[in-house]
Amino acid sequence: MSEHEIRFAMGNDALAEGAIAAGARFYAGYPITPSSEVAEISSVRLPQVGGVYIQMEDELGSMAAIIGASTSGVKAYTATSGPGISLMQENLGVAIMSEVPCVIIDVQRCGPSTGVATKPAQGDVMAARWGTHGDHSIIAISPSSVQECYDYTIKAFNLAEKYRTPVFILADEVIGHMREQYVLHGGEIVNRKQPDPDTPAGDYAAFDFEKYEDEVAPMPPYGSKWVHRMSGSMHGALGFAANDGKSANKNTRHYCTKIDKNRDDIVITESFGMEDADYAIITFGCSVRPAMAAMRIAREKGMKVGVLKLVTIWPFADKEVKAVLSKVKGVVVPEMNLGQVRSEVERYNDRKIPIVGVNRVDCEIITPGEVLAAIEEVAK
Amino acid sequence: MYQISVVTKWCKGCGLCADFCPKNVYDFTMGHPPVPAREADCIGCKICELKCPDFAITVEVKK
Amino acid sequence: MKSTEFIRYNRLPHRWCAGCGYGQVMNSLTKAFEKTGITNENTVVVSGIGCWGHVDSYLTTNAFHGTHGRALAFATGIKLANPSLNVVVILGDGDGVTIGGNHFIQACRRNIDVTAILCNNYNYGMTGGQYSGTTPEHSYTTTSVYGHIEPGFDICKLAEGAGAHYVARSISENVMQTADYIAEGMQRKGFALIEVVAPCTTHYGRNNNMKRPSEFYKWIKSCAVPKAAAEKMTEEQLEGKFVIGKFVDRPGVDYGTKYLEVQKKAQAVAAAKAAE
Repeated sequence: MSEHEIRFAMGNDALAEGAIAAGARFYAGYPITPSSEVAEISSVRLPQVGGVYIQMEDELGSMAAIIGASTSGVKAYTATSGPGISLMQENLGVAIMSEVPCVIIDVQRCGPSTGVATKPAQGDVMAARWGTHGDHSIIAISPSSVQECYDYTIKAFNLAEKYRTPVFILADEVIGHMREQYVLHGGEIVNRKQPDPDTPAGDYAAFDFEKYEDEVAPMPPYGSKWVHRMSGSMHGALGFAANDGKSANKNTRHYCTKIDKNRDDIVITESFGMEDADYAIITFGCSVRPAMAAMRIAREKGMKVGVLKLVTIWPFADKEVKAVLSKVKGVVVPEMNLGQVRSEVERYNDRKIPIVGVNRVDCEIITPGEVLAAIEEVAK
Repeated sequence: MYQISVVTKWCKGCGLCADFCPKNVYDFTMGHPPVPAREADCIGCKICELKCPDFAITVEVKK
Repeated sequence: MKSTEFIRYNRLPHRWCAGCGYGQVMNSLTKAFEKTGITNENTVVVSGIGCWGHVDSYLTTNAFHGTHGRALAFATGIKLANPSLNVVVILGDGDGVTIGGNHFIQACRRNIDVTAILCNNYNYGMTGGQYSGTTPEHSYTTTSVYGHIEPGFDICKLAEGAGAHYVARSISENVMQTADYIAEGMQRKGFALIEVVAPCTTHYGRNNNMKRPSEFYKWIKSCAVPKAAAEKMTEEQLEGKFVIGKFVDRPGVDYGTKYLEVQKKAQAVAAAKAAE
């Protein structure tokens, strides 16, 4: 494969290839539509590049296995959909608590429970943010094209490694199964920080984050001269259980601040036509596509409409959203759920401008006409 | 002759050493560390050392 | 490394109760480490949650302290990502065959090259002595005060049925025998399961009228029938007892070794495609 192979393929193909391009060499998962192709392609491709694919007994085990592989020093990922996300929430907490880099691809489908297996939705926005119990911050990225599936999967791994954290890819059935041309161009790769080589052998404090400005302690793989403990229980710098309030307070705040204080490095948005916009469409994932079409149609009609595309959903692009809300007369938030991102946008609506959602949960992608109608309603 | 050492700060006073000693070497009160009161009777079988769940007993040949 | 070099003496006394058998099993574990010639650097102890799961914090090896029941799944990832590591998995009866039952049978079936030491104390000690998947029928726990009505799992039979290549059972006070089984299991390439029956003196003992720790040990000893003796006994005679010994020790190719073949095939396919 040449470095710049061009392929016409579905988003799920680009998600798998993006992971491999990022250096991931371990996949554990449990097949579930509409993400199954990520598993299938990974099972073909990973052993070709010296990696390992394993199908675990369930998503609890899958999440555990990728965390385990990552602690052995191998970049690891899984792919699933809503029902699997529910099961992964347990050990997602372990990845947060023991600060283990990994990537969870959620190709979202419709409904709670088994829902509608092969139909799209964008309903896991809050599940990604708050699904696992306890306070923490999370990174979630939402691609809106096949190329972005590739590019932002690499980005997801880079952020996971840089901040020792699990990262969600919130794809959806539309993007996962849609076929487009994409370029496999590789890209910048970030690997996790390692201890200074002069650090003495023996007990190593894998959670001594306070020593580092970015709050990220270097994480050696198991088997090195630095013997260390990883723990999903409340712990001190060496990873031994520390059930006192002081440790709990320090660590719990750390799980939030290490993401939140680096939000400028993490948050990605894209603006289209926002320079002169009177009205803004704020959206993400597959809903970006009808939003872009609606913007073009509106501008043809003489309405100054712009789009703010949220590439990262979490941490939320508060500054960028605030900037938009400060200068437009109204906002439309199309999303294939009943207002999970709109409620976040509304938190920054100091000027009380009209914010209207375009929401579908009937397994059909939002149309440009529906977005346009919402803009016209806001403009009334 | 054997020497029995008991690390009293690790001992939890379960009494396995005293209860399983074939020579009744120990004086023991539940919840307290054992006292090898009859050390001279010890035959060095190390049952107490192996059964001690607290790593608190060592039996060695007296120098 | 010597067995004593695997123990963090500066963290003693350990947190287990007076008379708890887990200290004995930890002793066996470190003796097995010495026998196998491993080092603390190339070993990862993967533990679940429960009293026995605390053992990793008294060892000088690497450790992964995960979630209740999932230790084998974490261990699967750790081992497959770096096959040169010695991976030892710490399971209780809750971890191993109750909440983590599916991970347990799947690990037996897959034959991942890890060694699991499952301490069975017949109840959930850490949460106050409630019944587990191995609590014997008719016995008493804090959630079966009228007598337990579920039969308990025979863990070794379960492992054997699920395809494990090495299965043995010991009792915690048989420190040397347990150490031998653990060492042998670690030396086998493939999944090894060593069940160790250990007394929970504080809960199971108290709830079942065994007030003094030594009474509990004597009861366990009276229930533990060596395999050779058991073979001459009738089913009726074995009622209420359990067999100790080595049940399975058969050769087989472990998952990691088989996966090397998968990688070879995949790479041949990729090379052929590139040559097109």
